[in-house]
Amino acid sequence: MSLPFVLFFLLAFVAVAGALTLILAREPIHSALALILVMISLAVLYLLLGAEFIAGVQVIVYAGAIMVLFVFVIMLLNAGVEERTDFSKLATKYVGYPLAIFLIIEFAYWMARSTIGREIATGTAANTTSVSTEALSRMIFQSYLLPFEATSILILIAIIGALVLAKKGE
Amino acid sequence: MDFITQHAVLVVSLAKIAVLLFVVMTALAYLTWFERKVVARIQSRWGPYYVGAHGLLQPLADGVKFLFKEDVTPPAADKFVYVLAPFMSLALALTAIALIPFGPSNLLVLGQPVFVVANVGISLIFLFAITSIGVYGVALAGWSSNSKYPLLGGVRSSAQMISYEVSMTLSVVGVLLLAHSFGFSAIIENQRGSILNWHFIPQIVGFLCYLTAAVAETNRVPFDLPEAETELVAGFHTEYSSFKFAMFFMAEYANMITVSSLATILFFGGWLSPFPDSWTFQNFLPALFLLGTAAYCAFDTVVYMRGIARLQFAVVTMLAGGLGTACLGLAIFKPEFMPYVMGPFWFIAKLLVFMFFYVIVRGTLPRFRYDQLMSFGWKFLLPVSLANLVITAFVLIVRHG
Amino acid sequence: MSVVPISWYLVLSAILFGLGIVAFVFKRNIITIFMAIELMLNAVNLAFVAFARAHGQLDGLVFVFFVIVVAAAEAAVGLAIVISAYQNRQTLNIERFNLLKF
Repeated sequence: MSLPFVLFFLLAFVAVAGALTLILAREPIHSALALILVMISLAVLYLLLGAEFIAGVQVIVYAGAIMVLFVFVIMLLNAGVEERTDFSKLATKYVGYPLAIFLIIEFAYWMARSTIGREIATGTAANTTSVSTEALSRMIFQSYLLPFEATSILILIAIIGALVLAKKGE
Repeated sequence: MDFITQHAVLVVSLAKIAVLLFVVMTALAYLTWFERKVVARIQSRWGPYYVGAHGLLQPLADGVKFLFKEDVTPPAADKFVYVLAPFMSLALALTAIALIPFGPSNLLVLGQPVFVVANVGISLIFLFAITSIGVYGVALAGWSSNSKYPLLGGVRSSAQMISYEVSMTLSVVGVLLLAHSFGFSAIIENQRGSILNWHFIPQIVGFLCYLTAAVAETNRVPFDLPEAETELVAGFHTEYSSFKFAMFFMAEYANMITVSSLATILFFGGWLSPFPDSWTFQNFLPALFLLGTAAYCAFDTVVYMRGIARLQFAVVTMLAGGLGTACLGLAIFKPEFMPYVMGPFWFIAKLLVFMFFYVIVRGTLPRFRYDQLMSFGWKFLLPVSLANLVITAFVLIVRHG
Repeated sequence: MSVVPISWYLVLSAILFGLGIVAFVFKRNIITIFMAIELMLNAVNLAFVAFARAHGQLDGLVFVFFVIVVAAAEAAVGLAIVISAYQNRQTLNIERFNLLKF
């Protein structure tokens, strides 16, 4: 029971607990907090997998900026308690939930059983050195330069779109 | 004994954390004393004077007051988030201090560096990640109080923090271009030499942008409209009382210490001394400073103090004198131990200069209006940081072919 | 084995993705549904990073970088749309947005 295993189980437990809180919480702000918890535990998992820069980007951009956007919208729209569904309650309780649980178990089962998963299970994962940011940035700016420029244009479009939508709402 | 050498990492880390926690908590308390004294002197009054000699026991009295005040919770507040927000703020602010190197990281005890708790190669990214999450403490505090003024103050505070965080991150990238690494040890090593090698000379624009963005990021004057007492009642911490309010207070000062430490490390050489290493007289500087303080305190004790304050100040004199003599003895008889003393000495000296700057700015400048604040952040500071980055990159490419 | 096998990370990614789908289908608040989409994107990111480590190549990490950037742009525009929708219907219950229903 060495440290990587203990850490992995702890983080996996926190991530799944956060996802369950997202589903079961009654107030949207609690769901948002649960999602932030999931993102931070995933960032630590990335650190375990040796991707330091990606872990940093995940926390700074995803958990620290995108989720702040979500929290602002929840606070400003004063999204209240989750309402009851119009659909049949019996169908939700006796058909919906069992099917949902079956879906999750099926995903996990086939992922664990797949040959791809097992083939690479003990492959070069034994190499525990971290990825250097320089190698990653070389790849982004040399092999993947076109997608990089395309995403910068995408962000520009998103900024303009958000501005237009915000103005029209007044 | 065998247990200690086998689990050296754990034992040394726990010891470092304990020492650092104690030192940082005391420093936070006395930072409030320092600020009240300096702001008072700027305003031609004395500041705390009665509680101990020169008000030195005032933080203790404030701590006792905060502990014994009644803890009022607004009735319709969201209990979980209401309690979570100050804890989150303080925990994140204190976690950031674990990354800061107070001295050289090659000085080891039991194989572990002495002066830094977490010596990682990505310190800078980690610190910015902690700063990004710190926004939630403010936003959630405003929301969970279930009241108009805190909500408005919380939303404004957090919007200000995320705006200036972008400029803060960009103004630091120039230093990264010069140092080729994210780790604090590597950035400080790149500034070795004398004061002429420090990064604030080639990156003066980046330094000024960083300082402005850091003052805005920590919600200090002149950027503290969302929490000023004359404006939105008290902003996001209106509905908090006693210990939770004290936690917000401590979190703000801990954030100040963190961003000042970052400025020191990135632009002013961290724990390096401004004089070249060959000038050996600098070994006597801590002793000089401490003995000078002891002399001033001795003069004050004998001439001005009366009663119990005289006793307290005599104790302070003896403490300062003892430490000064110890440093003097160390400098004369055992110079090989001096790196253990000089590193933290220079780091804390530079940190105090930045704290002094923060407090002087608080006492002198009026505050920005909120729309002036936001337009300054987005329309001036962000383009200047970006221009600094582009020009730095351009100059580096031209110089190195 | 002294390292955690990669297939365990993939199973965790699958579980999180399944939970994201369940949240997407069962919740009524638009913002919560949006957050379920972000959860699914995060699960996929975890799978990418795990594969990048398994094959020893950095392309997975580059993909994660781009997914995070695209998710940021999507969240910004999506939330602007949600705000406009709220200003039109005064509710965030997705079952009230049924004007185009047959």
